[in-house]
Amino acid sequence: MKPDDLGKNAVKRDPDNAWLARPPTIRLLWWVFAAVLAVSVAAQIVFKVKGYFGVDGWFGFGAVFGFLSCLAMVLFAKALGWVLKRDEDYYEERDGD
Amino acid sequence: MIDFLPPALILLAGALLIGLTRGALRTAVVMIAPLLTLAAIWQVPDGVVLDLPFLQYMIEPIEGSPVRRLFATIFALMAFGGGLYAYRQAKWYELAAAYAYASGAIGVSFAGDLISLFLFWELMALFSTVVVWCGGTPGARAAGIRYAVMHLLGGVVLKVGIEGVMVHTGSIEVRPMLADNFDHWMILAGILINAAAPPVSAWLSDAYPQSSPTGSVFLSAFTTKTAVLALILLFPGEPVLIGIGLFMVMYGIIYALLENDIRRILSFSIVNQVGFMVCAIGIGTHMAINGAAAHAFAHIIYKALLFMSAGAVVYRTGMNRCSDVGGLFRTMPLTAVCGIIGALAISGFPLTSGFTTKTMISQAAANQGLVWVYFLLAAASAGVFLHAGIKFPWFVFFQRDSGLRPKDAPWNMAVAMVFFSVLCILFGVAPQLLYAYLPYPVEYEAYTASKVLFYLQLLLFSGLAFFLLLPLMRRTETISLDADWIWRRALPVLWGWGQAVLGAAWGALLSGLGWLGQHLGERGRRYFGSEAGGEGRSHGVFARAWPIGTTALWIAVLLTAYVFFYYLA
Repeated sequence: MKPDDLGKNAVKRDPDNAWLARPPTIRLLWWVFAAVLAVSVAAQIVFKVKGYFGVDGWFGFGAVFGFLSCLAMVLFAKALGWVLKRDEDYYEERDGD
Repeated sequence: MIDFLPPALILLAGALLIGLTRGALRTAVVMIAPLLTLAAIWQVPDGVVLDLPFLQYMIEPIEGSPVRRLFATIFALMAFGGGLYAYRQAKWYELAAAYAYASGAIGVSFAGDLISLFLFWELMALFSTVVVWCGGTPGARAAGIRYAVMHLLGGVVLKVGIEGVMVHTGSIEVRPMLADNFDHWMILAGILINAAAPPVSAWLSDAYPQSSPTGSVFLSAFTTKTAVLALILLFPGEPVLIGIGLFMVMYGIIYALLENDIRRILSFSIVNQVGFMVCAIGIGTHMAINGAAAHAFAHIIYKALLFMSAGAVVYRTGMNRCSDVGGLFRTMPLTAVCGIIGALAISGFPLTSGFTTKTMISQAAANQGLVWVYFLLAAASAGVFLHAGIKFPWFVFFQRDSGLRPKDAPWNMAVAMVFFSVLCILFGVAPQLLYAYLPYPVEYEAYTASKVLFYLQLLLFSGLAFFLLLPLMRRTETISLDADWIWRRALPVLWGWGQAVLGAAWGALLSGLGWLGQHLGERGRRYFGSEAGGEGRSHGVFARAWPIGTTALWIAVLLTAYVFFYYLA
């Protein structure tokens, strides 16, 4: 490998300034993600989702159900965390006695 | 007799040979033994192949059927992939123990009677404990002991059930039953302990993350999935399993959300995934059993892949916690990509093996009109994406830049990860390859526009929820209490108290006895004290040397009294 090639690669693959971690890339990814989300719901206009129990065939049901389920689970976990979380060395403390 | 070698024995022989060989020969054994086992597995025809007299019973160590061959196949495949992943990094005794452990799982797969099943079951318990101990840290030692105690206890419960069935029915056949009497309940409980069902799910997340980076890959595959197979063979359609399965599904998600240790997150997600299978076995229709078997098959591959990816990170960085790593995609791109493929597969994204197998379980619930089960499983699918699908790759490979620049996975680990990644996608795009080997004929179409769209919406919006709720999910350097708190904290404390109380009582008893002894001693000395004890007449009244005259006087008095009373009467 020629030295100038090495130099070019070093700039391109500089781990401290990775393409994926740059703010413009992250902004771009958010836009792409938003577009994908919109398309996944809009596609229901063309393709019918036939639910098994009625409600799950409603427009955008999967999206709303997925989002709300996750919200509920995260909040529940958070609440449970207040009760259940302990220091990492909680069990070791005893052994050290 | 039979004209081929029992598959489990081939792998067990391989495990022994790993210890006896060195260098290239050992590598050859590690690579070839699982493949020979695989070849033998596909020679096993349907029905009982081998029966042997054992005590007064005829045992059937090898009985073939499609579902048995399916599970044995994935166990052998897993041994091969795990062996490839581990052979350059793991110690030889860890590899040997892992292969013996896998041979136990394959033995259970073909066990036609409860005695053989139990023997192979215990073989697994024994060697999986060794694999946990190979973690080599004091934490691994302690967790291994807790793991062994739990599995020996589970073994005893299972044995009680098996003995009961033997005594009460005279049959040791492995056949479908329902939890309708004490014996069957004990068998069910013994199996469920291995499936990490509540209330003892904690053994899994306690032990697996303590093993070595290579050991956890093996551990993720065999114990729980053997329990799933045992449930399919023994308790298909047992309604109580639906509720247990749903609980496991939700438990896995919630605890994984709270967790900081990378491999412990994946361990909780094993409980979550096995919950899907247990629930399906509880539904019990042909579609549901097919779904459980297919999901177990796919799950072993993508869960091993996730543990491989996590193991490579732990191996390279020496760090176990999400809060210590981050941004590793920069220098570990292959590990990151393979981890993401595993994460997409576990989440059931279309075009991965998770989608073509897990949706079968949901379909089975819908077909039976189980509204609640269906919607809880759908919510859980969203939750899987949340806790494993995004959380694992996000916190390990992206998140913030931790400044760590480890090398990517060693080549053998990389090859194993790529192999399993390819399988995840293969069974996602060509599910009929797997469907053809399921226990019942498959009448299921995974890729309908309706299903794909529903799950895409569900998963993509779970992803949105993850990124919007990130501030709520900041990693804390904590552990979460589980049912094992009872035996790791409460019982020792109670024991301590008990000892204190008993000690106090014992002390009181002793001092009481001491006081009594002293008191009696004093009295004794007062009445019986020896002549040497004192001067003059100060010693005990019974020990005094009385003058002979006094004695004669007393005898005269007594005789007189006697004569007096004699005549009076």
